[in-house]
Amino acid sequence: MVFSPELTRAYRHNLNGSSLERGATQLEVKDVSLRFGGVQALEDVSLAVRQGGIHAVIGPNGAGKTSLLNCISGLYRPQRGSIALQNGKRHELTKARPSRIAKWGVARSFQNIELFKHMTVLDNLMLGRHTHMRHNVLTALLYWGPAERQEIRERELVEEVVDFLELQAFRKQEVGRLSYGFQKRVELGRALCIQPAVLVLDEPMAGMNTEEKEDMARFILDVNELAGVTVVLIEHDMGVVMDISDRVTVLDFGRVIADGEPAQVSSDPAVIEAYLGEQRAA
Amino acid sequence: MSPASEPTTFPKLLAGLAERYGDRRVALQEKRFGIWQPITWGAYHRRVRQFAHGLASLGFERDATLAILGDNRPEWVIAELAAQSLGGRSVGLYPDGVVDEIHHVLDHAGVRIVVCEDQEQVDKLIALRAGGRLATVEHIVSYDPRGLASYAVDLLVAFDELERRGAELEVERPGWLDAEVAAGRASDTAILCTTSGTTGKPKLAMLSHENLLWMGSSLMSVDPIGRDDEYVSFLPLAWIGEQMVSIACGLQAGFTLSFPEDAATVRADMREVGPRVMFSPPRIWESLLSMVQVRLSDAGWLKRKTFAAGQAIGARAADRRLSGRRLGPGLAVAHAVAELVALRPVRNQLGLTRVRRAYTGGAPLGPDVFRFFHSIGVNLKQIYGQTEICGIAVIHSDDAIRFNTVGFGIPGTDVKIGDHGEILLRSPAVFGGYYRNDEATAEALRDGWLHTGDAGYLDEDGQLVVIDRAKDVMEAADGTVFSPAFIENKLKFSPYVEEAVVFGGGERPHVAAMVSIDMETVGTWAERKKLNYTTYTDLAQKPEVYALVAEAVARANDDLPETMRVQRFVLLHKQLDADDEELTRTRKVRRGTISTRYGEIIRALYGEDETVTISSVVAYQDGSTTSREISLRIASTNGVDTPSRELTGARG
Repeated sequence: MVFSPELTRAYRHNLNGSSLERGATQLEVKDVSLRFGGVQALEDVSLAVRQGGIHAVIGPNGAGKTSLLNCISGLYRPQRGSIALQNGKRHELTKARPSRIAKWGVARSFQNIELFKHMTVLDNLMLGRHTHMRHNVLTALLYWGPAERQEIRERELVEEVVDFLELQAFRKQEVGRLSYGFQKRVELGRALCIQPAVLVLDEPMAGMNTEEKEDMARFILDVNELAGVTVVLIEHDMGVVMDISDRVTVLDFGRVIADGEPAQVSSDPAVIEAYLGEQRAA
Repeated sequence: MSPASEPTTFPKLLAGLAERYGDRRVALQEKRFGIWQPITWGAYHRRVRQFAHGLASLGFERDATLAILGDNRPEWVIAELAAQSLGGRSVGLYPDGVVDEIHHVLDHAGVRIVVCEDQEQVDKLIALRAGGRLATVEHIVSYDPRGLASYAVDLLVAFDELERRGAELEVERPGWLDAEVAAGRASDTAILCTTSGTTGKPKLAMLSHENLLWMGSSLMSVDPIGRDDEYVSFLPLAWIGEQMVSIACGLQAGFTLSFPEDAATVRADMREVGPRVMFSPPRIWESLLSMVQVRLSDAGWLKRKTFAAGQAIGARAADRRLSGRRLGPGLAVAHAVAELVALRPVRNQLGLTRVRRAYTGGAPLGPDVFRFFHSIGVNLKQIYGQTEICGIAVIHSDDAIRFNTVGFGIPGTDVKIGDHGEILLRSPAVFGGYYRNDEATAEALRDGWLHTGDAGYLDEDGQLVVIDRAKDVMEAADGTVFSPAFIENKLKFSPYVEEAVVFGGGERPHVAAMVSIDMETVGTWAERKKLNYTTYTDLAQKPEVYALVAEAVARANDDLPETMRVQRFVLLHKQLDADDEELTRTRKVRRGTISTRYGEIIRALYGEDETVTISSVVAYQDGSTTSREISLRIASTNGVDTPSRELTGARG
């Protein structure tokens, strides 16, 4: 009797696109400065994201959190400094186009959902595989030969993401008709489909009710713990940040004012002054 | 197949099917990754054998009990059949059960090996172990590895690992398992099945292969089921109803058993499969009806009118058909048109297009719901039975379906009415007794008759009419006897009412009801009315919602005799929940728990006040509690006009 590998329910695809050891520096931001005319958005920002961690970037409104994320994903070009991604070899992100950075393994979601609203959940997720597709327009049009085989192969991975994020009931639904919480989950799914080395999430829980937040927090933890994907996230909900992240960087007026473990950071006087104190006063 | 066919066991039947169909026909299919993943009879048999060898390597022996805790998946039935192959039996646990319930069954049945689905279930057992309450369990077998990689629990072994080990053992000792299977007798206990336990802790009924197979073949002699009759298994396999069709009928008929992908996709998956046979408890039919009602109220007027007209024609046709008369030419034409434009499309939406026979059982179904399904052309039949008689004992025959009866005993079943109007049943399907509970067994089994504890009578045609649980039957002030369930079902016909508990009889001067609203339908209704609300409690206490439910109560009262009418009702601040022991796992109301827990509210229902204040206590896992005061309105139904009768219910 031959044992068949189909017996197992374990996933066949690894969603983690990084081959680094756990704990090694995956993404290194060094002395990054970004200016828009007279506005200094980021000033000498440095931080190191380790493989396998959840790294939160927090700070008051206008502190430069999203600017930093945009520099990482190549939407902004900082005037000074370097951002290096270790994936196979060292990639310098400050000089590269966003599409290239995505190919290197940086996937992100946006504060305002950026999905194709009139396409189905599946189609949106399949787009996450786009960077991995090799076939040309003609074969794709005919859905023939290598195009067909590749589409099926990619769909297998997408289906594992559907299973992972419990989106089975929504596969064929138009994204625009889903609730906000589910759209956020689809966006997370699309980023996962890239098989990222680093998953960058811009306020994944903004505007959610408690139940949706709990779901999202659980999925982020699953992505990190079960799939082993490194996560960088911006989040306003301090409770969530302190609960799920293992490293926190605090920005204020474009500068890093604290960096460390959640407990350490939350007791830092500078942080309380700049951020938590402001909330308490409010 | 006749009831007289050779008594055998499930593993023997499986071997026969594997031999006959090999890899040519599909035995089980589960939707995973968006695709139906088939397991042929040959593969099913192989996996059962391998797993059986694996179980044996863990020390599972003849007469041992294997507990299975998880959703409906191929592994569930593979584990069950493997245990039976070794001469043992399985006991199913409800996957949503809390640790105390699981502990009760594991402890009582002396279970040494538990098959668990996933991390969620494994965590429950770990919690039990941490509390020192997992005394008998030696091995936990899990088939979904997600999240378990980091678990360093010595008890834990992977299902596929055990199958692989079993495959090796099979090579080492060929023929061993065949001998084990051959040694199995039809009179061996095949499953321990938990009773619903409306009154106390669930008991474990011992059902033999013989019991179950006899019931299956007797049922199929009335309503034949063939190998092409697809069946979707989505209700808990721990429930007798699911065991009965999936296993007892399935292994005799050889049809394909389909497992949906996820609880949320059941309806869509069902439409894809297009089952020919369906068996569900009333709540499923009620929720299907609610879905139609809600969709209709969201539809345009043309669709509403078309459906209302079509359904009226369908109802007339159904009345004639059920009373054995033929449709006249006029009605036949009208019905054909209605079928085309209104009825078939609705059946299609519900995934019921191919259903030849649909059954409801486990609890009484309201006549209005019954009528609705027949009017849209679903051949819905009531079954009556108990876990103790393998689920089905009495069933409607196709040509004599009446909404207030449950039909005739299946061939070989004797039905009689005992003292105090108690229904007594006798057949080869009657169980062997409760596991390790002789006292309860002696109570239920007397002189070969199963004492059901249900009150009922036989009507002039010999059809059985079930009134209610004997202890629940109430006597009104004027001496008339009535069933609270009957009134509750009337109330539950409204899509806005999720659960209703009726009080009355004895000292109580009138009938009163405690109602919990359906958050989804009432929520949608409120949104349409632009009514703001925050929580369930908040929504339930809106005067507008009270008015909405008052209409439903008034409509129910319309059909009821004076003494049975609901005079006062309250909308509960929470949904009734099985986790709070207010419902059984099969969602039957536990009257005892409810009467003590909500004593204050019940007293207020019979008082004068228009509000009652209760304190709601929430207990946390760490032992701390919080309590808050909640004020509930009590409404009287006097002076509420009955709204026009339209299926879509009260429209704002």
